[in-house]
Amino acid sequence: MSAAKRTPFGAGFARVFGRAWLGAGYLFLYLPIVALVVYSFNDSPIPNLWKGFTLKWYVKLASDDEMLGGLWLSLKIAFFTATSSLVLGTLAAFALVKYRRFTGRTLFSGMVNAPLVMPEVIIGLSLLLMLVSVQRLFDSPNAGPIQFWIANHLLGRGAMTIWFGHLLLGMAYATVVVQARLQGLNPQLEEAAMDLGAKPFQVFALVTLPMIAQALMSAWLLTFTLSLDDVVLSAFLNGPGSTTMPLVIFSRARLGLNPSVNAIATVIITLVAIGTVVASYLIARAERDRANAIAQAQRDDG
Amino acid sequence: MSKLLASLRRGRTAVIGVPFAWLVVFFLVPFLVVLKISVSEMGTVSVNDILSVKDGVLQLTLRGTSYAFLTQDSLYLQTYLSSIKYAAITTAFCLGIGYPFSYFMARAKATIQPALLMLVMLPFWTSFLLRVYAWKGLLDENGWVWQLLIWLHLDQGLALMGVISAPGKFMNTPFSLVIGMVYTYLPFMILPLYSNLAKMDLRLLEAASDLGATPWKAFWLITVPLSKAGIIAGSMLVFIPCVGEFVIPELLGGPQTLMIGRVLWDEFFSNNDWPMASTVAVVMILLIIVPLAIFNRYQAEAQENAK
Repeated sequence: MSAAKRTPFGAGFARVFGRAWLGAGYLFLYLPIVALVVYSFNDSPIPNLWKGFTLKWYVKLASDDEMLGGLWLSLKIAFFTATSSLVLGTLAAFALVKYRRFTGRTLFSGMVNAPLVMPEVIIGLSLLLMLVSVQRLFDSPNAGPIQFWIANHLLGRGAMTIWFGHLLLGMAYATVVVQARLQGLNPQLEEAAMDLGAKPFQVFALVTLPMIAQALMSAWLLTFTLSLDDVVLSAFLNGPGSTTMPLVIFSRARLGLNPSVNAIATVIITLVAIGTVVASYLIARAERDRANAIAQAQRDDG
Repeated sequence: MSKLLASLRRGRTAVIGVPFAWLVVFFLVPFLVVLKISVSEMGTVSVNDILSVKDGVLQLTLRGTSYAFLTQDSLYLQTYLSSIKYAAITTAFCLGIGYPFSYFMARAKATIQPALLMLVMLPFWTSFLLRVYAWKGLLDENGWVWQLLIWLHLDQGLALMGVISAPGKFMNTPFSLVIGMVYTYLPFMILPLYSNLAKMDLRLLEAASDLGATPWKAFWLITVPLSKAGIIAGSMLVFIPCVGEFVIPELLGGPQTLMIGRVLWDEFFSNNDWPMASTVAVVMILLIIVPLAIFNRYQAEAQENAK
């Protein structure tokens, strides 16, 4: 029996209806992205009223210091967020997958999963209020130099506090991605390495890590983009001089349509598209090499 | 051997302890701070501490002022109800569009499924903020979707339903808000549903058909109940963040669409009233705590079953 016959409708109708539904769905998902790009080349201050082709918004973007400064800051924060989220997320994923029972496991998994759905305004507000409360503890009139440094540099609102917020969100996403991969692993491989005398850290570095490398890569990229995109947490946690790119975009978009936003959007979309094509090519090649290596090993065995 | 066990135990403590401690400090403690500030009072420049020393005696001052204010002003209640309404409508649309979508994805040829999945994930990688902004251009006068809706004369019907303010005006209405939220959260519905439907054992449907069930009956009696976990996970992933959504109502919703995320934002940034903002947050957490518990339970179950 073919797959199509198992659908609840006649086979022909199901195929047409299914394709139409998928097509309409993808159109819905991609239409805004196409519109952003097309409107960015529009020679009119009103982006959605077509007047002719131009590149002038890109020329303007090149000297838009506010936007470019924001982009550079966002890229830096995103890099640190992605890297640190990956470390904490991998640890958390290991804790949840490898240790089935420990005190506070329910609380732990709850705290890992909650930021995925928790409204960002709540996370932003609570994190900021905590930072301010702690800052006040250190910021007394007779504070020493260390207290002063903690209160004004470590906890003072700026790139560092934005990073705290993004790390909280990024860690949750990284944990989910790495956890899914860890669960799919064959535990016998790690056990075999243990039996052959590998120390726990060696098992991790030589056996587990190569097997989850691809998941780590996608977790890193996902948290990088999350951080690069975040408005709400950054708005709560930013300080003077730490205006990230999404905050610049948001403050302009609030006022109405703005061609500079379309131009930066097109730049970002192009970069993401190139990155995705390169990444999928590399992943496909790595998979093929691995399949070949396994086939080779099996042939050698036999 | 005992040395190995000891080093394993130390490793275990670090693996669990580091992320655990981090989450307690940056996730749990902040909530307690919000709870504390919600029962404080705004002083002249900053929030008064609930603990104070007066005449050498430690005093605890709990103020229910903001909670009282929240119940007296009916605007807050209306806003909470309207946030839940919009979140529920968004979830319903996401499920209505997303379920058939994931179903057809999961039943497509196995060779093209990775590509179909990739195409759903791709918009995730481009900025969410920019994609929401894009709808402004599409729905505003002369935008593509504006032209399509006018050409189809759908604006008359939408205006009669009261979801847009006047024919030809789609922006800053409940209509544009829901479009923006459905658009943003649709992938969050599709992904768990797809991974659920793709895992389904198709032999069950063969068995049903051998036993005389029509395909339609088999779909409702077998496919839908088996995908319950995916439906719940997807719905919670859409509903909970939508209740507190800020960016989409701010960019697409206009002033008359009441959303609690914006109220919290205004209390904090415009009125500078931290206790009130905290109270709004605490009540919002109480509203989403049940869906949150359901989500956590299904998430944990899914993680157990994956083993």
